Amino acid sequence: METTETHHGHAHSNTGAYITDHVHYQDVEGVIRSEEDHGHHDSDRNKKNFIHTWIFSQDHKIIGKQFLITGIIWAIVGGAFSNIFRMQLGFPDTNMSWIGNVFGDRWVENGHMTNDFYNMLITMHGTILVFFVLTAGLSGTFANILIPLQCGARDMASPFLNMLSYWFFFMASIVMAASFFLPTGAAGVSWVFYPPLSAIRDASLGSKGGADMWLISMSLFIFSSLLGGLNYITTILNLRTKGMSMAKLPLTIWALLITAILGVLSFPVLLGAAILLIFDRTLGTSFYLDKIYIENVGAQPHEGGNPILYQHLFWFLGHPEVYIVIMPAFGMVSEILSVNSRKPIFGYRAMVLSMLAIAALAFFVWAHHMFVTGLNPFVGSVFVFLTLLIAIPSAIKVFNWLTTIWKGNIKYTPAMLFAIGFVSLFISGGLTGIFLGNSSIDIQLHDTYFVVAHFHIVMGIGAFFGMFAGVYHWFPKMYGKFMNRTMGFIHFWLTFAGAYAIFWPMHYQGLAGVPRRYPSHAGYESFNKFGELSEFITIAALVVFAAQLLFVFNFFYSIFRGKICHEQNPWKSNTIEWTTPIKPGHGNWEGEIPTVHRWPYDYGKDGQDFIPQTMPIQPGESAHHV
Amino acid sequence: MVGAMNNERERQIFAQRFGLFIGLATIVMLFVAMTSALIVRQGAGNWVNINLPYQFWISTAIILLSSVTMFISKKAHKQMEVQRFRIFFWATFILGVAFIINQWLGYFALAKSGFYINGINSYQYVYVISMTHLAHVGVGLLILLYTGIKTSVQKFNPNYHHIIGFISVYWHFVDLLWIFLFIFFQLKFF
Ligand code: HEM
Ligand SMILES: [Cu+2]
Repeated sequence: METTETHHGHAHSNTGAYITDHVHYQDVEGVIRSEEDHGHHDSDRNKKNFIHTWIFSQDHKIIGKQFLITGIIWAIVGGAFSNIFRMQLGFPDTNMSWIGNVFGDRWVENGHMTNDFYNMLITMHGTILVFFVLTAGLSGTFANILIPLQCGARDMASPFLNMLSYWFFFMASIVMAASFFLPTGAAGVSWVFYPPLSAIRDASLGSKGGADMWLISMSLFIFSSLLGGLNYITTILNLRTKGMSMAKLPLTIWALLITAILGVLSFPVLLGAAILLIFDRTLGTSFYLDKIYIENVGAQPHEGGNPILYQHLFWFLGHPEVYIVIMPAFGMVSEILSVNSRKPIFGYRAMVLSMLAIAALAFFVWAHHMFVTGLNPFVGSVFVFLTLLIAIPSAIKVFNWLTTIWKGNIKYTPAMLFAIGFVSLFISGGLTGIFLGNSSIDIQLHDTYFVVAHFHIVMGIGAFFGMFAGVYHWFPKMYGKFMNRTMGFIHFWLTFAGAYAIFWPMHYQGLAGVPRRYPSHAGYESFNKFGELSEFITIAALVVFAAQLLFVFNFFYSIFRGKICHEQNPWKSNTIEWTTPIKPGHGNWEGEIPTVHRWPYDYGKDGQDFIPQTMPIQPGESAHHV
Repeated sequence: MVGAMNNERERQIFAQRFGLFIGLATIVMLFVAMTSALIVRQGAGNWVNINLPYQFWISTAIILLSSVTMFISKKAHKQMEVQRFRIFFWATFILGVAFIINQWLGYFALAKSGFYINGINSYQYVYVISMTHLAHVGVGLLILLYTGIKTSVQKFNPNYHHIIGFISVYWHFVDLLWIFLFIFFQLKFF
């Protein structure tokens, strides 16, 4: 075991040749390897074979792209599922026997999808989008791409674990994808996986093998998130470049840090819940089960447990999870709004504190998902109070975003439009959260389309908007090209208008009591009057899905044919990821990592359009203090 | 320049140690979840007190002892006493194996007295929580085995010390975790 400690010649070696001058990797065995001399960097890369550069890469930028592209593939699958079940909800009379040709005849009955198939689709839609797309695809992508670049590090603290994080996600994906090919299909017990449906194999078709695969896949997924999260936290807290104090960090990094902390504290709890569930399913224990009788199957041998226990454990993860999904969007939106308004972010400190407050509160509100479980009303009112407190930091964020763009010199790039759209969605969806947070109202609205509308607007579409904004904005950093603007604008307007068209009407349905998770509302007299509204929603959903294909096309087209980015800093941005070469190699900066002297939001200061973080404070200049 | 390199190396090692502790925090959260579940179940009433058979007491002694051997071995590594390091490192491994065997004997003893894995609720918790703990010991054992072989066949490398340090932190952690669980199982909260 050799330790490379020699210092090779350096073109620019000078007094400032500081510790960050080389890329040092420490592999699992503790050998310090230094990847030296950037003159040789490229030829080294060429020598490395394809597999090491693109597949089992330990370069955070490549890993970020792997997360992104896997996420895009999953998003198409998950989105397509929603279109299929919306077809059934919107057009209950249409013949859907084509499903048999694609998925197998066992899923079709009299020209309609079976209830089991419906359950499978909504379960997989939720699981895929919440976990695989908006958690792995979103945090995984931007944490990887932005943390080392914006903090000023050569790579993550442990590039090896970082690579493992992706590959665990990949394995989770394979297991989940494979579960569709069981004769009983993939899991069909909804993304929240409540027992007893999920705990008893015979409870439904979707409770059989597919549920086992779901649990295995999610365990791998949790492992992936934890490996990623601990790496992100470690890197942010320990490997920032000289001068980059926490108070000079871009809000993106603050957001990603808080996201990672939420993840490492809450995902293990879901793993605990899953382990108990696996025991109940396979070993006949009764953690979540009490005496129960299943029609056509008989009495089950369980005794003494309680399904509500699972809900507590699940939502202890589940609520922080929704903030894991939205928090990276908070960060990217803050950054993009400031850059494209050519104005400093308003209330940097308040932005950080409000994210910390939201994150802290996230651990004390989980029971607002459980108001109708027979929760003690007093306990309920405590959770109402804590839940409504979230409105305060949320409102602070919204006001700060609006104040940031107020009277700005706004550059309407697609990224900026998506960032503004995010603020709109966060307001609309957040407001309905306040309705739901009141237990007395929630008792009426729980498990109706009102809830579906709430969380799709604020989380589903909201986080997607953050993700789109991020992709459009950092695409030049990722690929050295621009995405097509015109397609970007079309994509934005179709998605923005379309998303409201889908989810706004659902509020009315929900208020009228239309329940979620029903394969069809057609048979119910009282819901008939919503037939046309449902049709409208379905058509809007189809249009929005098509618009996403435009984005996917734009994405891949631009990788190969996009307008080449010749400028190092195309958005005239202050953060240091734009000080690397246009296409950075592994190690990010040639030569030294720049030193940081100021916060990242000096836009329009003292008559200057922007002052990069690397610019020293001038004599007589007053620096921003947090 | 060498000073700067050391500095960089130390920074890396510090960061990794930091990451290790975050990893331990995630394990703590896992057990917080599972032990809270037990407390909730106990609060629901109809709880049969847990009486652990003597095998678990022996396991406890074994794992405590293995922490001592781990400690000695790490110290020997620091002092570059190769032989002592190897002996106590392998001793730790063997004690770890003994712990696992003993836990299984404990499960057999439970089953023999009629407390099957799908039997009385309180014992179901003993099984699931201690087996989850056992899995963490198992991972530790794999790491010990790998490192043990590596340090036995290769030339002694003082630069390896921080790795031994990481391993010992993890090992003491699973040890403490077991002691905590062992006491926890026998507590009555309501
Ligand atoms: C002021 C802020 C918010 C409040 C007071 C709030 C409150 C609630 C309440 C009480 C529910 C339960 C409704 C029910 O099932 O009966 C709920 C559901 C939900 N919320 Fe929010 N929410 C807020 C913001 C958010 C944000 C920012 C996100 C995500 C980024 C989010 C995501 C969700 C999700 C995913 C569900 C439903 C999960 C399911 O049942 O499948 N909420 N919200
Ligand atoms: Cu919640």
